[in-house]
Amino acid sequence: MGMSGSLTHDIIHGPPRPPFEGGWGGGGGAGGGSDGRGAFRRASFTGLYVLLAASTMLFAAFTSAMVVRRGLSDDWMSMSKPPILLVNTGVLLASSLALELARRALKAGGRTKFNAWWTAGTVLGILFLGGQALAWNQLNAASVFISTNPSSSFFYVLSVAHAVHLLGGVSALFYVDVQALRLTLGPAKRTAIDISAIFWHFLDGLWLYLMVLFYVWG
Amino acid sequence: MSAPTHSAHHAPQGFIRKYVFSLDHKVIGIQYYFLGLFSVFIGMGLSLLMRFHMVNPEAKVAWFAKLWPTAAAGGMMTPELYLSLMTMHGTIMVFFVLTTVPQSGFGNYFLPLQIGAEDMAFPVLNMLSFWTTFIALVVMVSAFFVQGGAPLAGWTAYPPLSAAGRITGPGEGMGQTLWILSIAIFCGASLMGAINFIATTVDLRCKGMRLMRMPLTCWTWLVTAILALLGFAVLLAAGLLLILDRTVGTSFFIPGGLMISDQIISNHKGGSPLLWQHLFWFFGHPEVYIAILPGMGVTSHLLSTFARKPVFGYKAMVYAILSIGFLGFLVWGHHMFMSGMNPYSAMAFSVLTMAIGVPSAIKTFNWIGTLWGGKIHFDTAMMFSLGFVSLFVTGGLSGIFLGQPALDLYFHDTYFVVGHFHMIMGVAAIFGMFAGTFYWFPKMFGRMMNETLGKIHFYATFIGVYCIFTPMHFVGMAGNPRRYSDFTNVEYLAALMPVHKFMTHAAYFTAAVQILFLINLFWSLWKGPKAPMNPWNSTSLEWTVSSPPPFDNFGGVHPVVNHGPYEFSVPGAPTDFIMQTDPPSVTSED
Repeated sequence: MGMSGSLTHDIIHGPPRPPFEGGWGGGGGAGGGSDGRGAFRRASFTGLYVLLAASTMLFAAFTSAMVVRRGLSDDWMSMSKPPILLVNTGVLLASSLALELARRALKAGGRTKFNAWWTAGTVLGILFLGGQALAWNQLNAASVFISTNPSSSFFYVLSVAHAVHLLGGVSALFYVDVQALRLTLGPAKRTAIDISAIFWHFLDGLWLYLMVLFYVWG
Repeated sequence: MSAPTHSAHHAPQGFIRKYVFSLDHKVIGIQYYFLGLFSVFIGMGLSLLMRFHMVNPEAKVAWFAKLWPTAAAGGMMTPELYLSLMTMHGTIMVFFVLTTVPQSGFGNYFLPLQIGAEDMAFPVLNMLSFWTTFIALVVMVSAFFVQGGAPLAGWTAYPPLSAAGRITGPGEGMGQTLWILSIAIFCGASLMGAINFIATTVDLRCKGMRLMRMPLTCWTWLVTAILALLGFAVLLAAGLLLILDRTVGTSFFIPGGLMISDQIISNHKGGSPLLWQHLFWFFGHPEVYIAILPGMGVTSHLLSTFARKPVFGYKAMVYAILSIGFLGFLVWGHHMFMSGMNPYSAMAFSVLTMAIGVPSAIKTFNWIGTLWGGKIHFDTAMMFSLGFVSLFVTGGLSGIFLGQPALDLYFHDTYFVVGHFHMIMGVAAIFGMFAGTFYWFPKMFGRMMNETLGKIHFYATFIGVYCIFTPMHFVGMAGNPRRYSDFTNVEYLAALMPVHKFMTHAAYFTAAVQILFLINLFWSLWKGPKAPMNPWNSTSLEWTVSSPPPFDNFGGVHPVVNHGPYEFSVPGAPTDFIMQTDPPSVTSED
C-alpha cells in the first residue's frame, strides 16, 4: 500500500475508520459514520433519547386516559395508598444518587469506588422492585384489586408499567456491574454506563411524577 | 494501491445467519418486503371474498363451507363472517403492508445506502424488529383458526364491541384477544424500528451528507419513524387497557348498563368507548401519514430522476414533510365528528384538517413543477410515480369534503369514506411501493424487471383501481352504508346493485392483473437481464456501488458527498446528472 495511494484514497474517501466496537451491534455492529466508536456512542445516545420519548408518550397516554376517565363518571373512589410507597420512593432516589456518585468516582479514576457505588445503586434498584411487590401484596390483602375501582385500575397499570421499565433498567445496571466487578469495564463500556444511568434517572423522575399523580388525582 | 480500509462487518457464512437471522439491513429490508408481499395477497384475497359476498349475498359456495364450517354453514357466508373478513383485511393491509413495506422494507434497505452508512445503527435491534413483526403477523393470522374465528370489530377495534368479549359475536372471544396481542407486539416492533431509523439518520450520515443534502426519501423515512415512535406508544397504551377490560374486569372503555344480545352487562360500569376512540385516533391519524409519507418520498425522488430535473423547491418539500408530520398529530378528532363532540371542538379539528391541505398542496404543486419542462422518461417506475400523484390528488380532494363536520355527518358511515381512504392511503401507498419496486429492483437483486410487462401491469392496475374506488364515492353520496354485508333487501340500495357489480368485477380484474406483477417479479429475479451499476442515471449514493451492493455497502471505502441529491441537467456539466459523490469541481456548489 503506497503512501501516495493511501493519501489519494483518504482525500477522496475520508480517513480510514478505526475498528468499530459496539455493544448492541452483536458480532461487530455497525457504524457508517465517519468515526466508528464515536458514531456508535452518539447513535446510542440518540437511540436512548428516542426510547425515552416513546416511554414518555406511553405514560402520557395513560395519564390522559386517567384524567378523562376520572372526569367522565362519578364512580371514581380515591384509593388509599400503602405507606410503603414513600419508603420505596426514598430507595429509588438513593439508587439514582449512588449511580451518580459512581459515575463521578469513575471520572476521577476511582475504579474501586465506582464498583462500590454502582453495586449499591443496583442493589437499591432491586430493593425498590421488591418494595413495589410488597405494596401490591398489601393492596391485595386489603382487597384492592385492579378491577376494584378505576382509581386502583390506573394505580396498578401505571405502577406495573413503570416496574416493567425498571426491570429493563435493573438488567442494564446489573450487566454493567458484572463487567465492573470482573474488571472488564473497558473504555468502550463507558457508553453502557452513561446510557443505563440516564435511563435510570429517567425512571426515577417518572416515578416521582407518578407519585404526584397518585396522591393528587388517584 | 490502497486496500479497502477496515470493514466493520464480516459477512456471515452460514445460511441461517446470512438469510434468516441476518443482521444485514439489506437482507432485513428484503425480508420485510416479502412479509408485506405475502400479507398484501392475503389482504387482497379477503377483499375479493367481501366483494363477492356483496353482490351474491345468498350464494352457496361449497369451499366456503369447508373453510368455515360454522360461519359459512351450508356454504352461505354469515354477516359475522363478512365482518371478520373486513376486520382482517383492514388490519393486515394497514399494519403488515402499508406500515411495513414502504418504511421497514425499502427504508431498511436504502436508508443506510442513501446516507452513506454501512448498516443501521443497531443491527441486532433491527433483526429483532423484523422477527417481532413476523411473530405479530403469525399471531394475527392465527385468529382465523381459533374458536369463533377472526374478530369483527374492524381495524379500529371500537369498544364496547371489542371489549365485552364473546357475547358480542363469534370472533370477539379468542379472536379479538389475539388481535390486540398481535397489535401490541407490532407496536414493540415498530418502536425498535423507529429507534434504528432515527439514530441512523441523525448519527451515521457520511461526510458531506448534510441534512439538506439527503434525498427526500430519507426525509420521509425519518419523519415516518418519528410518527411511528410517538403514535405506536399511544396505541400500545390503548391496547393494554383494552386487553385489561377483556381479561381482568376493569372498566376503562365499557360503560355501565350496557345491553348486549338481550343481556345486561353488569360487571362493568363507568367506562367510555369514546376514550378508546381518542387514544386510537391519536395513533390512527399519524398512521395514515406513516403509510403515505414514504410513498411521497419515493415519488419526489423518481419524478426528479425520470424528468431529468431537480426537485422543484427541495427545501419547501422538506418543510412540507415536517409540517404534515406535525399537523398529523393535531387532527385525530376529524375521525370522531359523529361521536357527538362539541361543535367548537369539531370546528377546531376541521380547521386544522384543512390546514394539512397547505403542505399537501405544496407537495403536489412541486411535483407538477418538477415535471414541467422536463425530458420525461416514461419507465414503469415513473408511471407508478405519476399514478401516485394522480391518486393522491383524487383521494385528497374527497378528504376536503370529509374534513367538514356538516358534510361528514352524512358521509361518515357511507362508502364515500371507503372510496376516500382506499384512494389516498391504500392505493396511492401501494403505487409508491410499485414505483419503489421497479426503481430499486435492479439494485436489490442485480437484475432488471421487464418493462413491457410492467407497463401493461401499470395501465391495467391504474384503470382497475379507479374503476373500483371512484364509484364508491357515488354510492356513498347515494347513502349506501359501509360495513353492511348485504343490502339487497333495502329498496334504495338494491337500485345501486349494478354499480356494486361493476366494482366487484373491477376488483376481480385488478386482482387478476397482479399476477402479471408476480410473474415479472419472480421471473426477473432469476431470468432478468443483468443490471448495471446505475441503470437510471440516478444521483444518490446507492447507485455508486455494484448491483446488488457489497456486504458492507461501500466495499470498505467511505463515501464523501459533495452535491445535493437532485443535480440533473446542470448547465456545463458533462452529463445530465451529477452523482452526489462527484468531485465538487464538476459544477459549482449546490
